[in-house]
Amino acid sequence: MPEISRDEVAHLATLARIELSDAELDHLAPQLSVILESIASIAEVAAADIPPTSHAVPLTNVFRADEPRPGLTAEQALSGAPEAEQQRFAVPRILGDEQ
Amino acid sequence: MSTQTADTLLSFEEALERFDPAMGLEVHVELNTVTKMFCGCSTEFGAEPNTQTCPTCLGLPGSLPVVNGKAVESAIRIGLALNCEIAEWCRFARKNYFYPDMPKNFQTSQYDEPIAFDGWTEVTLLDGEGAGETFRVEIERAHMEEDTGKSLHVGTSGRIHGADYSLVDYNRAGIPLIEIVTRPITGAREKAPAVARAYVAHLRDLLLGLGVSDVRMEQGSLRCDVNLSLAPRVSAGSTTDVPLGTRTETKNVNSLRSVERAARYEISRQAAILVEGGSVLQETRHWHEDTGITTSGREKSDAEDYRYFPEPDLVPVAPSRAWVEELRATLPEPPREHRARLQALWGFADLEMRDVVAAGAIPVIEATVAAGTTPQAARKWWLSDLARRANEQGVDLSDLPITPEQVARVQALVDEGALNDKLARQVIDGVVAGEGDPDAVVAARGLAIVSDEGALGDAVDRAIEANPDVAAKIRDGKVAAAGALIGVVMKDMRGQADAGRVRELIIEKLS
Ligand SMILES: [Zn+2]
Repeated sequence: MPEISRDEVAHLATLARIELSDAELDHLAPQLSVILESIASIAEVAAADIPPTSHAVPLTNVFRADEPRPGLTAEQALSGAPEAEQQRFAVPRILGDEQ
Repeated sequence: MSTQTADTLLSFEEALERFDPAMGLEVHVELNTVTKMFCGCSTEFGAEPNTQTCPTCLGLPGSLPVVNGKAVESAIRIGLALNCEIAEWCRFARKNYFYPDMPKNFQTSQYDEPIAFDGWTEVTLLDGEGAGETFRVEIERAHMEEDTGKSLHVGTSGRIHGADYSLVDYNRAGIPLIEIVTRPITGAREKAPAVARAYVAHLRDLLLGLGVSDVRMEQGSLRCDVNLSLAPRVSAGSTTDVPLGTRTETKNVNSLRSVERAARYEISRQAAILVEGGSVLQETRHWHEDTGITTSGREKSDAEDYRYFPEPDLVPVAPSRAWVEELRATLPEPPREHRARLQALWGFADLEMRDVVAAGAIPVIEATVAAGTTPQAARKWWLSDLARRANEQGVDLSDLPITPEQVARVQALVDEGALNDKLARQVIDGVVAGEGDPDAVVAARGLAIVSDEGALGDAVDRAIEANPDVAAKIRDGKVAAAGALIGVVMKDMRGQADAGRVRELIIEKLS
């Protein structure tokens, strides 16, 4: 049975830039374990003759023509941004990488 | 960052005496489709920030991506041009990461099912030692993904506290990108940096020939990451397999020259660490064009945890073999064959052709010849004056503000006798300076050769009168002295005369 450790939850929280308190980590780790266990139980049902699948419908090659469609104005695009400056989304400094 | 210490470097020669470099090159190329990879937003370069977005490329809830068919077609053609297998069935995958340059918190990419894989290509070294030598580069894969947004950093760098933040423009987010990954290139030794450069130049030509990208490195539509590691040098003929050393990944090297310089720098830097008994840190490094060095970037362990999984919102891509063959039939002649054919057609010597290739002048010469100029004349213009200008400005020949058609027109004026070489150069100056077409520049600057025999005759008379000694020599049969008088006349006519005709007139008058 997969089990997700407290450390793993802390690591995931760091990746997702979410701050979790010790109490929250204690609380979430067992909960996430239960969820993973529930999902893993599906694997028991799946017999060898059932191929793993990632899509619910058996479609392939759904393509769009390379034709432009109107999108959002800059005002619309930025309307949901907590902060904007110079017609750009203002975000906390990105570590290191330029561009 | 204020305390950036300079790296210790071992000389390139010494580094190569002790170590063998292995390189892996990852090239990202932006396709020139009209719309983005998964939505209908425009991909045009240079638009005002955040004017080319929609709910899909902003990752807003409820939006659904749909694959751009043209981008898949381009990806397959690139794969075929690189002698790759084309997947019968492949999926997109989410590459999860949490930098704000992707508003979705993931980049839609391909993971273990790239559309193209197991290819190869051959690159030819052009200048320096080993010119003409051919290296085979194995292609591991070419996969489809999307570009990220562009961030601009604001605030005082080096401060730990304070108002440091970034501003993001998502116009570029979602532009179709093909990532082409080589297998480790080993055995190139001291030529490794030159091979890296030649490979990227070769890819650029190949992609240009396919017509799938603008491949403008200075605009970022072609970018290269250089992975490099060193292993202790094995003696020639040894069959022992030496494992590859720890590699670094130098990101976003954005010119051909920088690809070569960055590889050289990393060889010297890593060698200096290894000879001191240290170990190379596996990390991302950033190339600094201005100082010519690399510096440590973000730490790998954290950022590499991408938790890929198949993209549920996009159905798999399964190119039929018939479609693949149809696309194979559209491939242009490969660059090497193309070069060989043109060289024969143009009658260029090997050395001439080598210079043409090294200057990236094939497309412009081709177009100039197509506009009616002889190959030698086209070569002369592009490789002398124009190559010098491109060099000075650090741009490609094709980016100069003069078209092959305009160059052809200047040469046509020379052939008609309306311009001599010196005047033609001034016309080229004018066109490059934005003064208009060659004919407009000739008119505006008054550059045409004076064919008015009366005016020319007067100038010759003035020159003879002012230089009696020279005139006497010519009268005595020392025709070689005419050169001095031709110079005087040309100066008098402000260069706007046909030197051959001036010579004829001088001899006529003095015999
Ligand atoms: Zn969009």
